[in-house]
Amino acid sequence: MFKYVKQLTSLVAMVAVLFAFTTETMAAKKSKTLKNTMKKGFVRCGVSQGLPGFSNADAAGNWTGVDVDVCRAVAAAVLGDANKVKFTPLSAKERFTALTSGEIDILSRNTTWTLSRDADLGVTFVGVNFYDGQGFMVRKDSGITSTSQFKNGISACTNIGTTTELNMRDFFNSKGISYEPVAFEKADEVVAAYDSGRCDTYTTDKSGLAAQRTKMTNPDDHLVLPETISKEPLGPVVRQGDAVWEDIVRWSLNVMIEAEEYGISSSNADAMKVSENPAVKRLVGTEGELGSYLGLDQDWSLRIIKQVGNYGESYKRNIADTGILPDRGPNNIWTKGGLLYTPPAR
Amino acid sequence: MKLKKILPQILTLLFIILVFGFFTMNAQENMGARGLEFGFGFLKTQASFDIQFSLIDYDGSHTYARAYLVGLLNTLLVAFIGIILATLLGAIVGVARLSPNYLIRKTASFYIEFFRNIPLLLQIFFWYFAALRALPMLEDAPMLLNSSFMTIKGLYAPAPIWINFDVFFTTIVIAMITIFFFARYAKKKQEQEGKRLPVLMISLIIFITLPLLTFLIGGVDLSWSFPVIRQMSQSSYTFDGGLKIPPELIALTLALTLYTATFIAENVRAGIQGIGKGQKEAAASIGLTPSQVLKLVIMPQALRIIIPPTTNQYLNLTKNSSLAAAIAYPDLVLVFAGTAMMQTGRAIEIVGITMATYLTISLGISLLMNWYNKRIAIQEK
Repeated sequence: MFKYVKQLTSLVAMVAVLFAFTTETMAAKKSKTLKNTMKKGFVRCGVSQGLPGFSNADAAGNWTGVDVDVCRAVAAAVLGDANKVKFTPLSAKERFTALTSGEIDILSRNTTWTLSRDADLGVTFVGVNFYDGQGFMVRKDSGITSTSQFKNGISACTNIGTTTELNMRDFFNSKGISYEPVAFEKADEVVAAYDSGRCDTYTTDKSGLAAQRTKMTNPDDHLVLPETISKEPLGPVVRQGDAVWEDIVRWSLNVMIEAEEYGISSSNADAMKVSENPAVKRLVGTEGELGSYLGLDQDWSLRIIKQVGNYGESYKRNIADTGILPDRGPNNIWTKGGLLYTPPAR
Repeated sequence: MKLKKILPQILTLLFIILVFGFFTMNAQENMGARGLEFGFGFLKTQASFDIQFSLIDYDGSHTYARAYLVGLLNTLLVAFIGIILATLLGAIVGVARLSPNYLIRKTASFYIEFFRNIPLLLQIFFWYFAALRALPMLEDAPMLLNSSFMTIKGLYAPAPIWINFDVFFTTIVIAMITIFFFARYAKKKQEQEGKRLPVLMISLIIFITLPLLTFLIGGVDLSWSFPVIRQMSQSSYTFDGGLKIPPELIALTLALTLYTATFIAENVRAGIQGIGKGQKEAAASIGLTPSQVLKLVIMPQALRIIIPPTTNQYLNLTKNSSLAAAIAYPDLVLVFAGTAMMQTGRAIEIVGITMATYLTISLGISLLMNWYNKRIAIQEK
């Protein structure tokens, strides 16, 4: 009997020690996600099942895209190596569940920021890395050049589980046009069905249309109509309830955008260390202690810029040079007429 | 002694309750931590998404509960059509597999081996995309039966427009009841007096003439709305009027039928082969014709072997219909566990409802088949 009591006491003591230890580190970092990420040695990132320019895997399994770069930036900031990311391809339907259930820690999957998602799903949007809007693609030989030429009975292919389905209804209802929605679970089937002639139009975010057009049998036979029927600010999402992690992801993205604003790129980052401009010096880690506020080291932002590049580099590499959307439009720095405007990193 | 018997049962029960309790608590805690609330109130809110194909009146201004009903009916529709077609095809192929004709026998076994050994999802994709590639655009589609068009956007057929349909429908029900009682009467008469009435002939006459009479005296009228082609743009067309069956439904039904029929065919073959040769010979020796042998001696016994495994196939077909989501057929999974779940974020509630629904459908089919199985089982006298 006595033996058991002794064992029990030692067990209790062990638990107590463990508990004291964890509460101590929790107080220091307050972020379970950050701690887990450091312990695992990689960032768990949810991406799309293949959307060129945003998140797309090549034959060797290497992921590229502007959404991918957000996760790579976080890995560079937190773990020191942008390649330490584990990508999980998710369908539109699965994405929020994967995030709230803890399967992934960042959802960077061309996801539209809306009030209901932000407030009702237990997730938090940390920013916008692409300003998009829903559009329509049609076959050129239809002679349609504007949505005003749509007629009753038009059939529209799209994905389920997105804001697209709702916008589409709003649009056709407001125009008083009857339509046939054909909604698939995966983008590849949408493209295949539209390409075969099942639908008269294919509707999704314009960036998506531009990217998917490259997958058609004859991309030149198709045309993205000029009208934009909705606002679709796309951005990375994290779980609610971990404010430190939320800040890390938000500021990793902001660093990329602000680096472009101040002309810091992966090639000149080291040279910028001696810059006269304090804003630049803060970004390359030679002034201030921004990293420590996030529970990170001093060079966190320098690593993002050197390993991933600034936002402009990421855009050029993934979206412009691949021919998807050479014109940056709203996705340019605010000083150059775009919408990208971040709070100052100071 | 008694305790020894009961104790394991109690422990198992406790264990199950604990496991369930643990999961429930865990789910509640996690949902609470993320500010999510459990509840079914969302079912009453507006769905705001449209559904391509619906058996009942629906558009985005209806509730999620209505959207659920649309999905459920679409699932039941494809399961119902699939079960009937698979049973017919399966019975034919099953008998064909035992045919003395070499060509028929081998064709049947080739069909079975081919279709049952390819994953169903692949077959669904094949039929859908093969069909989409092979079918003509609307403007090139040839007219079938002087009224219908089989096109890439689906089958356009004439739609019936009824006047006083309820009278017509009631008459059909009355005709069926009359036939049922007539058949019972005829059987009794045969058993008592040995006199055989032409049951099939008379039944057919009742079934055709009674409803037809309603056109003359019941004020029932039927006209047809034919699909008419209309140009929407330089290269796209649509049909106005008529009945439209989407290609997704056709492809899904085709794939489910061809796949499940292979298993049913094997059940039928097993059932027939399970009956001793002596039964057939004995029946023939008392002067029954070959069709009577099959109808009165072989089939009643074979059915006992065929029904239980075929029930399984019916359940499989119903559950497999959830693969519809891949090709945009708006079934329960696509509409409710897909779009509705995404729009509301109520993963636990919606998956729960969907699971309960499939369970109910499956148990319903089982119940029906078990009842039928019991009816045809050997009744000890």
